[in-house]
Amino acid sequence: MRESQTRKTTSAPRRQTGRHLMLAGIALLWLVPLLWAVYTSLRPYSDTAKHGYLSWPRSLSLGNFTDAWNQSGMPHFFWNSVLITVPSVLGTLLFSAAVAFFVSRFDFRWNIVLLMLFTAGNLLPAQVLITPLYRLYLLVPLPQWMSDSLLLYNSAWGIIAIHIAYQSGFCTFVLSNYMKTIPKEISEAALVDGAPVWRQFFQIILPLCRPAFAALATLESIWIYNDFFWPLALIESGDKRPITSALANLQGAYFTNPNLIAAGALMTAIPTLLVYFALQRQFISGLTIGSGKG
Amino acid sequence: MSSATPRTRPRRLGPGDRIFLTVIIGIPLAALLFFVWLPALASLGLSFTTWDGIELADIHWIGLDNYKEIFTNYPPFWPAVRHNVIWLLFTALLPTPFGIFLAYQLDRKIRFTRIYQTAIFLPMVLSLAVVGFIWEIIYNPDTGLLNGILNAAGSGHHIDWLGNPDLNLWAVLIASGWRHTGYIMILYLAGLKGFDPALKEAAALDGANGRQTFLRVVFPALKPVNIIILVVTVMESLRAFDIVYVLGGGVGSKPGMELLSLLITDNIIGESSHIGYGSALAVVLLLVSLAAIGTFLVQTFRKEDQ
Repeated sequence: MRESQTRKTTSAPRRQTGRHLMLAGIALLWLVPLLWAVYTSLRPYSDTAKHGYLSWPRSLSLGNFTDAWNQSGMPHFFWNSVLITVPSVLGTLLFSAAVAFFVSRFDFRWNIVLLMLFTAGNLLPAQVLITPLYRLYLLVPLPQWMSDSLLLYNSAWGIIAIHIAYQSGFCTFVLSNYMKTIPKEISEAALVDGAPVWRQFFQIILPLCRPAFAALATLESIWIYNDFFWPLALIESGDKRPITSALANLQGAYFTNPNLIAAGALMTAIPTLLVYFALQRQFISGLTIGSGKG
Repeated sequence: MSSATPRTRPRRLGPGDRIFLTVIIGIPLAALLFFVWLPALASLGLSFTTWDGIELADIHWIGLDNYKEIFTNYPPFWPAVRHNVIWLLFTALLPTPFGIFLAYQLDRKIRFTRIYQTAIFLPMVLSLAVVGFIWEIIYNPDTGLLNGILNAAGSGHHIDWLGNPDLNLWAVLIASGWRHTGYIMILYLAGLKGFDPALKEAAALDGANGRQTFLRVVFPALKPVNIIILVVTVMESLRAFDIVYVLGGGVGSKPGMELLSLLITDNIIGESSHIGYGSALAVVLLLVSLAAIGTFLVQTFRKEDQ
Protein backbone atom coordinates (compact mmCIF):
# COMPACT_ATOMS: atom_id res chain seq x y z
CA MET A 1 0.00 0.00 0.00
CA ARG A 2 2.87 2.33 0.77
CA GLU A 3 3.83 2.99 -2.83
CA SER A 4 0.41 4.42 -3.46
CA GLN A 5 1.06 7.14 -0.93
CA THR A 6 3.25 10.10 -1.55
CA ARG A 7 3.70 11.18 2.03
CA LYS A 8 7.10 10.73 3.59
CA THR A 9 7.63 7.41 5.31
CA THR A 10 11.23 7.54 6.50
CA SER A 11 10.79 5.92 9.91
CA ALA A 12 7.76 4.00 8.73
CA PRO A 13 8.66 0.36 9.51
CA ARG A 14 9.33 0.98 13.20
CA ARG A 15 6.33 3.24 13.60
CA GLN A 16 4.12 0.73 11.85
CA THR A 17 5.17 -2.03 14.26
CA GLY A 18 4.53 0.20 17.23
CA ARG A 19 1.17 1.23 15.86
CA HIS A 20 0.20 -2.38 15.22
CA LEU A 21 1.17 -3.38 18.75
CA MET A 22 -0.88 -0.57 20.19
CA LEU A 23 -3.92 -1.20 17.98
CA ALA A 24 -3.79 -4.97 18.53
CA GLY A 25 -3.58 -4.38 22.28
CA ILE A 26 -6.57 -2.06 22.25
CA ALA A 27 -8.55 -4.37 19.98
CA LEU A 28 -7.87 -7.29 22.30
CA LEU A 29 -8.77 -5.27 25.38
CA TRP A 30 -12.02 -4.33 23.66
CA LEU A 31 -12.80 -7.99 23.00
CA VAL A 32 -12.14 -9.17 26.57
CA PRO A 33 -15.71 -8.64 27.89
CA LEU A 34 -17.14 -10.39 24.87
CA LEU A 35 -14.68 -13.28 25.03
CA TRP A 36 -15.44 -13.64 28.73
CA ALA A 37 -19.13 -13.98 27.91
CA VAL A 38 -18.33 -16.58 25.25
CA TYR A 39 -16.15 -18.50 27.70
CA THR A 40 -18.87 -18.40 30.36
CA SER A 41 -21.50 -19.56 27.92
CA LEU A 42 -19.42 -22.56 26.85
CA ARG A 43 -18.99 -23.92 30.38
CA PRO A 44 -21.56 -26.12 32.09
CA TYR A 45 -23.20 -24.53 35.12
CA SER A 46 -22.10 -27.40 37.38
CA ASP A 47 -18.47 -26.80 36.47
CA THR A 48 -18.50 -23.10 37.30
CA ALA A 49 -20.61 -23.67 40.42
CA LYS A 50 -17.96 -26.03 41.76
CA HIS A 51 -14.76 -24.35 40.67
CA GLY A 52 -15.77 -20.71 40.32
CA TYR A 53 -15.97 -18.67 37.14
CA LEU A 54 -12.31 -17.74 37.13
CA SER A 55 -10.98 -21.26 36.67
CA TRP A 56 -9.67 -23.54 33.96
CA PRO A 57 -12.39 -25.41 32.11
CA ARG A 58 -12.97 -29.12 32.77
CA SER A 59 -15.29 -29.33 29.81
CA LEU A 60 -16.66 -27.00 27.16
CA SER A 61 -19.87 -27.55 25.27
CA LEU A 62 -22.65 -25.84 23.41
CA GLY A 63 -25.17 -27.24 25.90
CA ASN A 64 -26.11 -23.80 27.26
CA PHE A 65 -26.92 -22.61 23.76
CA THR A 66 -29.25 -25.50 23.01
CA ASP A 67 -30.85 -25.17 26.45
CA ALA A 68 -31.41 -21.43 26.10
CA TRP A 69 -32.79 -21.98 22.60
CA ASN A 70 -35.20 -24.70 23.68
CA GLN A 71 -36.26 -23.60 27.15
CA SER A 72 -36.99 -19.93 26.73
CA GLY A 73 -38.91 -19.90 23.48
CA MET A 74 -36.14 -18.00 21.71
CA PRO A 75 -37.21 -19.00 18.18
CA HIS A 76 -40.57 -17.37 18.85
CA PHE A 77 -39.01 -14.10 20.08
CA PHE A 78 -36.56 -14.07 17.18
CA TRP A 79 -39.50 -14.27 14.83
CA ASN A 80 -41.15 -11.34 16.65
CA SER A 81 -37.96 -9.35 16.13
CA VAL A 82 -37.85 -10.17 12.44
CA LEU A 83 -41.50 -9.13 12.05
CA ILE A 84 -40.70 -5.78 13.61
CA THR A 85 -37.21 -5.08 12.26
CA VAL A 86 -37.56 -5.90 8.57
CA PRO A 87 -40.64 -3.74 7.84
CA SER A 88 -39.31 -0.96 10.08
CA VAL A 89 -35.97 -0.76 8.27
CA LEU A 90 -37.56 -0.93 4.81
CA GLY A 91 -40.21 1.62 5.74
CA THR A 92 -37.66 3.97 7.27
CA LEU A 93 -35.45 3.83 4.18
CA LEU A 94 -38.39 4.34 1.81
CA PHE A 95 -39.87 7.26 3.76
CA SER A 96 -36.57 9.00 4.24
CA ALA A 97 -35.51 8.47 0.64
CA ALA A 98 -38.78 10.14 -0.42
CA VAL A 99 -38.33 13.09 1.91
CA ALA A 100 -34.65 13.43 1.06
CA PHE A 101 -35.50 13.36 -2.65
CA PHE A 102 -38.08 16.08 -2.13
CA VAL A 103 -35.89 18.42 -0.11
CA SER A 104 -32.64 17.89 -1.99
CA ARG A 105 -33.71 17.82 -5.64
CA PHE A 106 -36.45 20.46 -5.77
CA ASP A 107 -36.28 24.07 -4.74
CA PHE A 108 -39.40 24.35 -2.65
CA ARG A 109 -39.59 27.13 -0.15
CA TRP A 110 -40.07 25.09 3.03
CA ASN A 111 -37.35 22.53 2.37
CA ILE A 112 -35.09 23.59 5.23
CA VAL A 113 -38.00 23.66 7.66
CA LEU A 114 -39.03 20.18 6.56
CA LEU A 115 -35.52 18.86 6.91
CA MET A 116 -35.21 20.41 10.36
CA LEU A 117 -38.55 18.97 11.45
CA PHE A 118 -37.44 15.47 10.47
CA THR A 119 -33.92 15.72 11.84
CA ALA A 120 -34.96 17.28 15.15
CA GLY A 121 -37.68 14.65 15.58
CA ASN A 122 -35.06 11.95 15.74
CA LEU A 123 -33.12 13.86 18.38
CA LEU A 124 -36.02 14.03 20.85
CA PRO A 125 -35.52 11.69 23.80
CA ALA A 126 -37.90 8.72 23.57
CA GLN A 127 -39.14 9.32 27.12
CA VAL A 128 -40.57 12.66 26.05
CA LEU A 129 -42.95 10.92 23.67
CA ILE A 130 -43.94 7.87 25.58
CA THR A 131 -47.01 8.85 27.64
CA PRO A 132 -49.01 10.57 24.89
CA LEU A 133 -47.93 7.88 22.47
CA TYR A 134 -49.28 5.23 24.81
CA ARG A 135 -52.67 7.01 25.02
CA LEU A 136 -52.68 7.55 21.28
CA TYR A 137 -52.07 3.86 20.72
CA LEU A 138 -55.07 3.05 22.91
CA LEU A 139 -57.25 5.27 20.73
CA VAL A 140 -56.26 4.02 17.28
CA PRO A 141 -58.35 1.02 16.20
CA LEU A 142 -56.93 -1.66 13.92
CA PRO A 143 -58.84 -4.44 12.14
CA GLN A 144 -58.74 -7.93 13.59
CA TRP A 145 -56.34 -9.27 10.95
CA MET A 146 -53.74 -6.70 11.92
CA SER A 147 -53.97 -6.81 15.68
CA ASP A 148 -55.80 -9.17 17.98
CA SER A 149 -56.01 -6.36 20.53
CA LEU A 150 -57.95 -4.40 17.86
CA LEU A 151 -55.71 -1.46 18.77
CA LEU A 152 -52.38 0.00 17.75
CA TYR A 153 -51.44 -0.69 21.35
CA ASN A 154 -50.04 -4.16 21.96
CA SER A 155 -49.39 -4.82 18.28
CA ALA A 156 -46.26 -5.08 16.16
CA TRP A 157 -47.73 -2.43 13.81
CA GLY A 158 -47.50 0.16 16.53
CA ILE A 159 -43.82 -0.57 17.11
CA ILE A 160 -43.13 -0.50 13.37
CA ALA A 161 -44.95 2.84 13.04
CA ILE A 162 -42.99 4.59 15.77
CA HIS A 163 -39.69 3.19 14.52
CA ILE A 164 -40.36 4.47 11.00
CA ALA A 165 -41.55 7.89 12.16
CA TYR A 166 -38.76 8.33 14.68
CA GLN A 167 -35.83 6.93 12.66
CA SER A 168 -36.74 8.69 9.40
CA GLY A 169 -35.14 11.86 10.73
CA PHE A 170 -31.63 10.48 10.86
CA CYS A 171 -31.87 8.73 7.48
CA THR A 172 -33.42 11.77 5.82
CA PHE A 173 -30.52 13.85 7.04
CA VAL A 174 -27.89 11.44 5.71
CA LEU A 175 -29.71 10.71 2.44
CA SER A 176 -30.42 14.35 1.63
CA ASN A 177 -26.73 15.15 2.04
CA TYR A 178 -25.98 12.21 -0.20
CA MET A 179 -28.49 13.18 -2.88
CA LYS A 180 -27.10 16.71 -3.00
CA THR A 181 -23.82 15.23 -4.23
CA ILE A 182 -25.58 13.68 -7.23
CA PRO A 183 -25.20 16.17 -10.12
CA LYS A 184 -28.34 18.09 -11.01
CA GLU A 185 -27.60 17.46 -14.69
CA ILE A 186 -28.63 13.85 -14.27
CA SER A 187 -32.20 14.72 -13.36
CA GLU A 188 -32.27 17.58 -15.84
CA ALA A 189 -31.36 15.18 -18.62
CA ALA A 190 -34.24 12.98 -17.52
CA LEU A 191 -36.60 15.98 -17.51
CA VAL A 192 -35.59 16.91 -21.04
CA ASP A 193 -36.31 13.37 -22.08
CA GLY A 194 -39.77 13.85 -20.64
CA ALA A 195 -39.41 11.36 -17.80
CA PRO A 196 -41.93 11.95 -15.02
CA VAL A 197 -40.64 12.70 -11.53
CA TRP A 198 -41.57 9.28 -10.17
CA ARG A 199 -39.33 7.60 -12.75
CA GLN A 200 -36.47 9.90 -11.83
CA PHE A 201 -36.94 8.89 -8.22
CA PHE A 202 -37.21 5.14 -8.68
CA GLN A 203 -34.97 4.61 -11.71
CA ILE A 204 -32.24 7.21 -11.33
CA ILE A 205 -31.88 8.54 -7.81
CA LEU A 206 -32.66 5.45 -5.73
CA PRO A 207 -30.16 3.19 -7.57
CA LEU A 208 -27.46 5.86 -7.24
CA CYS A 209 -27.96 5.96 -3.47
CA ARG A 210 -27.12 2.30 -3.01
CA PRO A 211 -23.95 2.90 -0.88
CA ALA A 212 -25.83 5.19 1.48
CA PHE A 213 -28.65 2.66 1.73
CA ALA A 214 -26.17 -0.06 2.68
CA ALA A 215 -24.72 2.04 5.48
CA LEU A 216 -28.12 3.15 6.76
CA ALA A 217 -29.58 -0.34 6.51
CA THR A 218 -26.73 -1.60 8.69
CA LEU A 219 -27.16 1.09 11.32
CA GLU A 220 -30.94 0.99 11.33
CA SER A 221 -31.12 -2.80 11.52
CA ILE A 222 -28.80 -2.70 14.51
CA TRP A 223 -30.71 0.08 16.26
CA ILE A 224 -34.19 -1.19 15.58
CA TYR A 225 -33.40 -4.81 16.35
CA ASN A 226 -31.67 -3.79 19.57
CA ASP A 227 -34.27 -1.32 20.77
CA PHE A 228 -36.29 -2.42 23.73
CA PHE A 229 -37.78 0.79 25.06
CA TRP A 230 -40.79 1.03 22.72
CA PRO A 231 -41.89 -2.61 23.15
CA LEU A 232 -41.43 -2.27 26.90
CA ALA A 233 -43.97 0.53 26.98
CA LEU A 234 -46.22 -0.23 24.01
CA ILE A 235 -46.55 -4.00 24.04
CA GLU A 236 -48.41 -5.51 26.93
CA SER A 237 -48.20 -9.24 26.21
CA GLY A 238 -44.80 -10.71 26.92
CA ASP A 239 -45.12 -13.19 24.08
CA LYS A 240 -45.40 -10.40 21.48
CA ARG A 241 -42.20 -8.68 22.50
CA PRO A 242 -39.03 -8.83 20.40
CA ILE A 243 -36.04 -10.81 21.57
CA THR A 244 -34.20 -7.91 23.22
CA SER A 245 -36.98 -7.20 25.68
CA ALA A 246 -37.70 -10.90 26.06
CA LEU A 247 -34.08 -11.34 27.13
CA ALA A 248 -34.94 -9.43 30.28
CA ASN A 249 -37.52 -12.13 31.05
CA LEU A 250 -34.87 -14.78 30.50
CA GLN A 251 -32.67 -13.00 32.99
CA GLY A 252 -35.50 -12.92 35.47
CA ALA A 253 -36.37 -16.58 35.05
CA TYR A 254 -32.82 -17.96 35.02
CA PHE A 255 -30.95 -15.36 37.02
CA THR A 256 -29.22 -18.10 38.99
CA ASN A 257 -27.62 -19.56 35.88
CA PRO A 258 -25.41 -16.91 34.26
CA ASN A 259 -23.95 -19.49 31.87
CA LEU A 260 -27.34 -20.06 30.32
CA ILE A 261 -28.10 -16.34 30.13
CA ALA A 262 -24.71 -15.69 28.55
CA ALA A 263 -25.57 -18.19 25.83
CA GLY A 264 -28.99 -16.60 25.31
CA ALA A 265 -27.56 -13.08 25.25
CA LEU A 266 -24.89 -14.03 22.72
CA MET A 267 -27.45 -15.70 20.49
CA THR A 268 -29.58 -12.56 20.37
CA ALA A 269 -26.53 -10.72 19.03
CA ILE A 270 -26.02 -13.07 16.08
CA PRO A 271 -28.43 -11.38 13.60
CA THR A 272 -26.88 -7.93 14.04
CA LEU A 273 -23.40 -9.43 13.75
CA LEU A 274 -24.41 -11.09 10.48
CA VAL A 275 -25.84 -7.84 9.12
CA TYR A 276 -22.70 -5.97 10.10
CA PHE A 277 -20.34 -8.49 8.53
CA ALA A 278 -22.43 -8.77 5.39
CA LEU A 279 -22.57 -5.02 4.80
CA GLN A 280 -19.24 -4.06 6.38
CA ARG A 281 -17.54 -3.21 3.11
CA GLN A 282 -20.18 -0.71 2.09
CA PHE A 283 -20.70 0.50 5.63
CA ILE A 284 -18.04 3.16 6.05
CA SER A 285 -17.93 4.25 2.43
CA GLY A 286 -21.70 4.72 2.54
CA LEU A 287 -21.54 6.87 5.64
CA THR A 288 -18.73 8.95 4.19
CA ILE A 289 -20.65 11.14 1.84
CA GLY A 290 -23.42 11.78 4.33
CA SER A 291 -21.17 13.24 6.95
CA GLY A 292 -17.76 14.07 5.59
CA LYS A 293 -18.36 16.52 2.82
CA GLY A 294 -20.04 19.45 4.47
CA MET B 1 -47.24 21.07 0.34
CA SER B 2 -49.18 21.16 -2.92
CA SER B 3 -49.22 24.94 -2.87
CA ALA B 4 -45.42 25.09 -2.92
CA THR B 5 -44.06 26.61 -6.09
CA PRO B 6 -40.77 25.94 -7.79
CA ARG B 7 -38.50 28.94 -7.64
CA THR B 8 -35.69 28.39 -10.06
CA ARG B 9 -36.76 25.37 -12.05
CA PRO B 10 -37.26 26.32 -15.68
CA ARG B 11 -39.75 23.63 -16.56
CA ARG B 12 -43.14 23.39 -14.84
CA LEU B 13 -43.98 20.17 -13.08
CA GLY B 14 -46.91 18.32 -14.56
CA PRO B 15 -50.00 17.43 -12.53
CA GLY B 16 -48.82 13.82 -12.21
CA ASP B 17 -45.49 15.02 -10.84
CA ARG B 18 -47.23 17.25 -8.33
CA ILE B 19 -49.43 14.42 -7.09
CA PHE B 20 -46.42 12.13 -6.78
CA LEU B 21 -44.41 14.71 -4.83
CA THR B 22 -47.35 15.53 -2.57
CA VAL B 23 -47.78 11.85 -1.73
CA ILE B 24 -44.11 11.11 -1.06
CA ILE B 25 -43.74 14.11 1.22
CA GLY B 26 -47.26 14.00 2.66
CA ILE B 27 -47.27 10.48 4.06
CA PRO B 28 -43.90 10.64 5.87
CA LEU B 29 -44.72 14.12 7.15
CA ALA B 30 -48.10 13.00 8.49
CA ALA B 31 -46.45 10.03 10.21
CA LEU B 32 -43.78 12.26 11.73
CA LEU B 33 -46.28 14.81 13.01
CA PHE B 34 -48.68 12.20 14.37
CA PHE B 35 -46.22 9.84 16.03
CA VAL B 36 -43.44 12.20 17.09
CA TRP B 37 -44.34 15.88 17.26
CA LEU B 38 -47.92 15.50 18.49
CA PRO B 39 -46.81 13.35 21.46
CA ALA B 40 -43.93 15.74 22.17
CA LEU B 41 -46.35 18.69 22.37
CA ALA B 42 -48.81 16.66 24.41
CA SER B 43 -46.04 15.88 26.91
CA LEU B 44 -45.45 19.59 27.25
CA GLY B 45 -49.17 20.06 28.00
CA LEU B 46 -49.30 17.17 30.47
CA SER B 47 -46.38 18.60 32.41
CA PHE B 48 -48.73 21.31 33.73
CA THR B 49 -51.22 18.77 35.03
CA THR B 50 -51.62 16.09 37.62
CA TRP B 51 -52.79 12.73 36.34
CA ASP B 52 -52.62 9.10 37.37
CA GLY B 53 -52.66 8.00 33.75
CA ILE B 54 -55.98 6.12 33.89
CA GLU B 55 -59.09 8.24 33.19
CA LEU B 56 -58.69 11.22 30.88
CA ALA B 57 -61.30 13.06 32.99
CA ASP B 58 -58.89 12.96 35.93
CA ILE B 59 -56.39 15.26 34.27
CA HIS B 60 -56.22 18.43 36.36
CA TRP B 61 -54.39 21.59 35.47
CA ILE B 62 -51.96 22.61 38.19
CA GLY B 63 -49.77 25.09 36.36
CA LEU B 64 -46.13 25.07 37.30
CA ASP B 65 -46.50 22.97 40.47
CA ASN B 66 -44.77 19.94 39.01
CA TYR B 67 -41.76 22.04 38.09
CA LYS B 68 -41.66 23.70 41.51
CA GLU B 69 -41.86 20.28 43.13
CA ILE B 70 -39.11 18.84 40.95
CA PHE B 71 -36.67 21.65 41.58
CA THR B 72 -37.27 22.00 45.29
CA ASN B 73 -38.70 18.82 46.73
CA TYR B 74 -37.82 15.76 44.69
CA PRO B 75 -34.75 14.16 46.25
CA PRO B 76 -33.49 12.14 43.24
CA PHE B 77 -33.72 15.09 40.81
CA TRP B 78 -30.49 16.92 41.51
CA PRO B 79 -28.45 13.72 41.83
CA ALA B 80 -29.89 12.71 38.44
CA VAL B 81 -28.87 16.04 36.91
CA ARG B 82 -25.42 15.70 38.45
CA HIS B 83 -25.08 12.16 37.08
CA ASN B 84 -26.19 13.24 33.61
CA VAL B 85 -23.55 15.98 33.70
CA ILE B 86 -20.90 13.52 34.90
CA TRP B 87 -22.01 11.17 32.12
CA LEU B 88 -21.63 13.92 29.55
CA LEU B 89 -18.24 15.09 30.81
CA PHE B 90 -16.88 11.55 31.06
CA THR B 91 -18.08 10.63 27.57
CA ALA B 92 -16.88 13.88 26.05
CA LEU B 93 -13.45 13.69 27.67
CA LEU B 94 -12.55 10.00 27.41
CA PRO B 95 -14.34 7.71 24.91
CA THR B 96 -15.01 10.46 22.36
CA PRO B 97 -11.42 11.71 21.95
CA PHE B 98 -10.22 8.12 22.15
CA GLY B 99 -12.57 7.12 19.32
CA ILE B 100 -11.27 10.04 17.24
CA PHE B 101 -7.69 9.04 18.03
CA LEU B 102 -8.35 5.45 16.93
CA ALA B 103 -10.05 6.60 13.74
CA TYR B 104 -7.04 8.76 12.91
CA GLN B 105 -4.69 5.83 13.50
CA LEU B 106 -6.82 3.46 11.45
CA ASP B 107 -7.34 5.85 8.56
CA ARG B 108 -3.74 5.43 7.35
CA LYS B 109 -3.57 2.57 4.97
CA ILE B 110 -2.27 -0.07 7.34
CA ARG B 111 -2.78 -3.81 7.31
CA PHE B 112 -5.41 -5.50 9.47
CA THR B 113 -7.28 -2.23 9.75
CA ARG B 114 -10.58 -3.99 9.16
CA ILE B 115 -9.90 -6.40 12.01
CA TYR B 116 -9.10 -3.59 14.42
CA GLN B 117 -12.15 -1.65 13.31
CA THR B 118 -14.41 -4.65 13.77
CA ALA B 119 -13.10 -5.45 17.25
CA ILE B 120 -13.62 -1.91 18.48
CA PHE B 121 -16.96 -1.40 16.73
CA LEU B 122 -18.31 -4.77 17.85
CA PRO B 123 -19.85 -3.55 21.15
CA MET B 124 -21.90 -1.05 19.15
CA VAL B 125 -23.48 -3.91 17.23
CA LEU B 126 -24.69 -5.55 20.45
CA SER B 127 -27.91 -4.41 22.06
CA LEU B 128 -27.58 -2.50 25.29
CA ALA B 129 -29.45 -5.32 26.97
CA VAL B 130 -26.69 -7.70 25.90
CA VAL B 131 -23.99 -5.19 26.80
CA GLY B 132 -25.64 -4.83 30.19
CA PHE B 133 -25.62 -8.55 30.68
CA ILE B 134 -21.98 -8.91 29.63
CA TRP B 135 -20.91 -6.32 32.19
CA GLU B 136 -23.10 -7.95 34.81
CA ILE B 137 -20.96 -11.09 34.64
CA ILE B 138 -17.88 -8.91 34.94
CA TYR B 139 -19.10 -6.77 37.83
CA ASN B 140 -21.01 -9.41 39.82
CA PRO B 141 -19.63 -9.23 43.38
CA ASP B 142 -19.57 -13.02 43.89
CA THR B 143 -19.05 -14.61 40.50
CA GLY B 144 -17.80 -11.73 38.37
CA LEU B 145 -14.52 -11.57 36.48
CA LEU B 146 -13.31 -8.39 38.15
CA ASN B 147 -13.58 -9.58 41.74
CA GLY B 148 -12.26 -12.97 40.61
CA ILE B 149 -9.10 -11.32 39.31
CA LEU B 150 -8.80 -9.14 42.40
CA ASN B 151 -9.15 -12.18 44.66
CA ALA B 152 -6.67 -14.19 42.63
CA ALA B 153 -4.27 -11.29 43.03
CA GLY B 154 -4.81 -11.72 46.77
CA SER B 155 -6.45 -8.41 47.53
CA GLY B 156 -9.16 -10.03 49.63
CA HIS B 157 -11.51 -7.13 48.93
CA HIS B 158 -15.10 -7.89 48.14
CA ILE B 159 -16.35 -5.01 46.04
CA ASP B 160 -19.99 -4.64 45.05
CA TRP B 161 -19.32 -2.69 41.86
CA LEU B 162 -22.94 -2.11 40.93
CA GLY B 163 -24.36 -1.91 44.45
CA ASN B 164 -22.01 0.63 45.94
CA PRO B 165 -23.47 4.12 45.26
CA ASP B 166 -19.99 5.64 45.11
CA LEU B 167 -18.81 3.22 42.46
CA ASN B 168 -21.73 2.07 40.36
CA LEU B 169 -22.03 5.13 38.13
CA TRP B 170 -18.39 4.76 37.13
CA ALA B 171 -18.78 1.04 36.55
CA VAL B 172 -21.68 1.77 34.19
CA LEU B 173 -19.73 4.58 32.52
CA ILE B 174 -16.93 2.18 31.66
CA ALA B 175 -19.40 -0.18 30.04
CA SER B 176 -20.99 2.71 28.17
CA GLY B 177 -17.61 4.11 27.08
CA TRP B 178 -16.64 0.69 25.79
CA ARG B 179 -19.53 1.03 23.40
CA HIS B 180 -19.31 4.73 22.62
CA THR B 181 -15.66 4.59 21.50
CA GLY B 182 -16.46 2.36 18.53
CA TYR B 183 -19.38 4.54 17.48
CA ILE B 184 -17.27 7.69 17.43
CA MET B 185 -14.45 5.83 15.71
CA ILE B 186 -16.71 4.76 12.84
CA LEU B 187 -18.28 8.20 12.43
CA TYR B 188 -14.88 9.83 12.37
CA LEU B 189 -13.42 7.24 10.01
CA ALA B 190 -16.24 8.03 7.63
CA GLY B 191 -15.41 11.71 7.95
CA LEU B 192 -11.70 11.12 7.37
CA LYS B 193 -12.43 9.18 4.20
CA GLY B 194 -14.01 12.30 2.75
CA PHE B 195 -10.99 14.38 3.75
CA ASP B 196 -8.81 15.78 1.00
CA PRO B 197 -5.42 14.01 1.29
CA ALA B 198 -3.67 16.90 -0.48
CA LEU B 199 -4.09 19.00 2.68
CA LYS B 200 -2.32 16.35 4.72
CA GLU B 201 0.49 16.09 2.19
CA ALA B 202 0.93 19.84 2.22
CA ALA B 203 1.23 19.76 6.00
CA ALA B 204 3.78 16.95 5.81
CA LEU B 205 5.84 18.92 3.29
CA ASP B 206 5.79 21.85 5.66
CA GLY B 207 7.39 19.58 8.23
CA ALA B 208 4.40 19.05 10.50
CA ASN B 209 4.45 15.87 12.56
CA GLY B 210 1.43 13.58 12.94
CA ARG B 211 0.03 15.35 15.97
CA GLN B 212 0.47 18.82 14.53
CA THR B 213 -1.08 17.73 11.24
CA PHE B 214 -4.09 16.38 13.08
CA LEU B 215 -4.61 19.27 15.46
CA ARG B 216 -3.91 22.12 13.05
CA VAL B 217 -5.07 20.72 9.70
CA VAL B 218 -7.31 17.67 9.87
CA PHE B 219 -9.40 18.42 12.95
CA PRO B 220 -10.38 21.99 12.01
CA ALA B 221 -11.15 20.93 8.43
CA LEU B 222 -13.57 18.26 9.61
CA LYS B 223 -15.94 20.69 11.27
CA PRO B 224 -19.14 19.04 9.94
CA VAL B 225 -18.12 15.68 11.42
CA ASN B 226 -17.02 17.31 14.65
CA ILE B 227 -20.47 18.83 15.04
CA ILE B 228 -22.14 15.48 14.41
CA ILE B 229 -19.88 13.88 16.99
CA LEU B 230 -20.58 16.59 19.50
CA VAL B 231 -24.32 16.15 19.04
CA VAL B 232 -24.10 12.36 19.22
CA THR B 233 -22.10 12.63 22.43
CA VAL B 234 -24.47 15.10 24.05
CA MET B 235 -27.60 13.24 22.98
CA GLU B 236 -26.29 9.84 24.03
CA SER B 237 -25.31 11.25 27.41
CA LEU B 238 -28.68 12.85 27.98
CA ARG B 239 -30.65 9.89 26.72
CA ALA B 240 -28.56 7.26 28.50
CA PHE B 241 -31.10 4.71 29.60
CA ASP B 242 -30.90 1.08 28.52
CA ILE B 243 -27.53 0.19 29.99
CA VAL B 244 -28.39 1.68 33.37
CA TYR B 245 -31.84 0.14 33.25
CA VAL B 246 -30.34 -3.30 32.70
CA LEU B 247 -27.40 -3.01 35.09
CA GLY B 248 -29.61 -1.39 37.73
CA GLY B 249 -32.11 -4.24 37.51
CA GLY B 250 -35.14 -2.62 35.87
CA VAL B 251 -37.62 0.05 36.92
CA GLY B 252 -36.69 2.00 40.04
CA SER B 253 -33.59 4.16 40.14
CA LYS B 254 -30.77 2.73 42.20
CA PRO B 255 -28.88 5.01 44.59
CA GLY B 256 -25.84 6.35 42.80
CA MET B 257 -27.29 5.63 39.36
CA GLU B 258 -30.16 8.13 39.12
CA LEU B 259 -30.51 9.62 35.65
CA LEU B 260 -33.20 11.86 34.17
CA SER B 261 -34.34 9.22 31.67
CA LEU B 262 -34.75 6.70 34.50
CA LEU B 263 -36.69 9.11 36.71
CA ILE B 264 -39.08 9.81 33.85
CA THR B 265 -39.56 6.11 33.23
CA ASP B 266 -40.07 5.47 36.95
CA ASN B 267 -42.83 8.07 37.14
CA ILE B 268 -44.53 7.06 33.92
CA ILE B 269 -44.18 3.30 33.75
CA GLY B 270 -43.57 2.47 37.41
CA GLU B 271 -46.19 1.06 39.74
CA SER B 272 -47.73 4.37 40.73
CA SER B 273 -47.98 6.55 37.65
CA HIS B 274 -47.42 10.26 38.10
CA ILE B 275 -47.85 11.26 34.49
CA GLY B 276 -47.82 15.01 35.01
CA TYR B 277 -44.74 14.72 37.12
CA GLY B 278 -42.97 12.42 34.71
CA SER B 279 -43.90 14.72 31.83
CA ALA B 280 -42.45 17.72 33.62
CA LEU B 281 -39.22 15.77 34.06
CA ALA B 282 -39.39 14.86 30.37
CA VAL B 283 -39.80 18.52 29.45
CA VAL B 284 -36.73 19.40 31.50
CA LEU B 285 -34.81 16.75 29.55
CA LEU B 286 -36.36 18.03 26.33
CA LEU B 287 -35.26 21.62 27.01
CA VAL B 288 -31.70 20.53 27.68
CA SER B 289 -31.78 18.37 24.54
CA LEU B 290 -33.20 21.24 22.50
CA ALA B 291 -30.14 23.30 23.34
CA ALA B 292 -28.03 20.60 21.70
CA ILE B 293 -30.47 20.08 18.83
CA GLY B 294 -30.65 23.83 18.20
CA THR B 295 -26.89 24.23 18.07
CA PHE B 296 -26.67 21.35 15.68
CA LEU B 297 -29.43 22.55 13.36
CA VAL B 298 -28.14 26.11 13.26
CA GLN B 299 -24.60 24.95 12.51
CA THR B 300 -25.75 22.48 9.88
CA PHE B 301 -28.35 24.43 8.01
CA ARG B 302 -27.06 27.98 8.24
CA LYS B 303 -24.89 27.76 5.17
CA GLU B 304 -27.63 26.05 3.16
CA ASP B 305 -30.11 28.78 3.96
CA GLN B 306 -28.05 31.37 2.15
